[in-house]
Amino acid sequence: MSIFEGQGASASGGGKGQVKIMLNGKEREVVDDTTVLGLLNELDIKPQGIAVELNLEIVSKSKYNETVLKDRDKVEIVRMVGGG
Amino acid sequence: MVDTLKIANREFKSRLMVGTGKYPSNEIMVKALEESGAEVVTVAIRRVNLDPAKRGDRSKESLLDYIDLKKYTLLPNTAACYTAQDAIRTARLGREALGTELVKLEVIGDEKTLFPDNEALLEAAKVLVKEGFVVMPYTNDDPIMAKKLEDIGCAAVMPLAAPIGSGLGIRNPYNIRIILETVKVPVIVDAGVGTASDAAIAMELGCDGLLMNTGIAGAKDPIKMAMAMRLAVEAGRLAYLSGRIPMKLYATASSPIEGMIK
Repeated sequence: MSIFEGQGASASGGGKGQVKIMLNGKEREVVDDTTVLGLLNELDIKPQGIAVELNLEIVSKSKYNETVLKDRDKVEIVRMVGGG
Repeated sequence: MVDTLKIANREFKSRLMVGTGKYPSNEIMVKALEESGAEVVTVAIRRVNLDPAKRGDRSKESLLDYIDLKKYTLLPNTAACYTAQDAIRTARLGREALGTELVKLEVIGDEKTLFPDNEALLEAAKVLVKEGFVVMPYTNDDPIMAKKLEDIGCAAVMPLAAPIGSGLGIRNPYNIRIILETVKVPVIVDAGVGTASDAAIAMELGCDGLLMNTGIAGAKDPIKMAMAMRLAVEAGRLAYLSGRIPMKLYATASSPIEGMIK
């Protein structure tokens, strides 16, 4: 059991002008040249209080605007929730 | 007298740390946190919910909307991580999301008991200490493990009193005492506390602090229980500092024997 379930599956090749990423364990299509910031905007998620992991590496907030998502990238977006 | 809890370079007046999970509502949580007097509150790190169907009115709310960061220090945990790798990833994500080096490190070994996986815990702790984290590991009440965790640079050790959420109280006070004699870093009992007397017992043993969630959040009235736990932690700490009388089998009179009427 893992809190990062679904990581194992990989996306198949993207269509024209689009790339397929794995976002929080689910496949999702985004247009070419979408940045992390672009993805967050598309999802209506504010960058405060969240963290983004791209292929197991943390993307620092200062890099959101310059990090472009590529086909088969694995992206995790997390935030804090209640816990003990 | 100023009696504070020091963890790495941080100092806290309250010795009670409280979790933010399982409250009947966020409003009750806010009031319970306030009554507990806690300065450190734990949080979990989870995926943002991206399913639009599940994103109702309230699911768009963030826990951050309810926790005053001027008042509370956030302690992200690695709960529900079953491998060192998952725990390390979660710790890094927590640091990035919340901007803190603090981490309550959990590597769980078994779903039924939620006991820690000592081997993986040590492995994850080593990596995170090297990366500059202030590592506070949830461990079992084993003095040898506590010493190992201290030796590799953990800022505190957090032995369980009983299984997480069990409310069984301090099951092995003697091991906790041995841990207290074995390590120099703060010993914070984490998990298993069910009611105020359990909290007082932990503090009377000389523990530096106490972390609880279910004991408060699961009570019928979490706000009142938070107050009870605050008082119990304070009472237990004061009793510890006061130096209790030794236990004796037979009575010792409190009133003078001299001057009795004949």
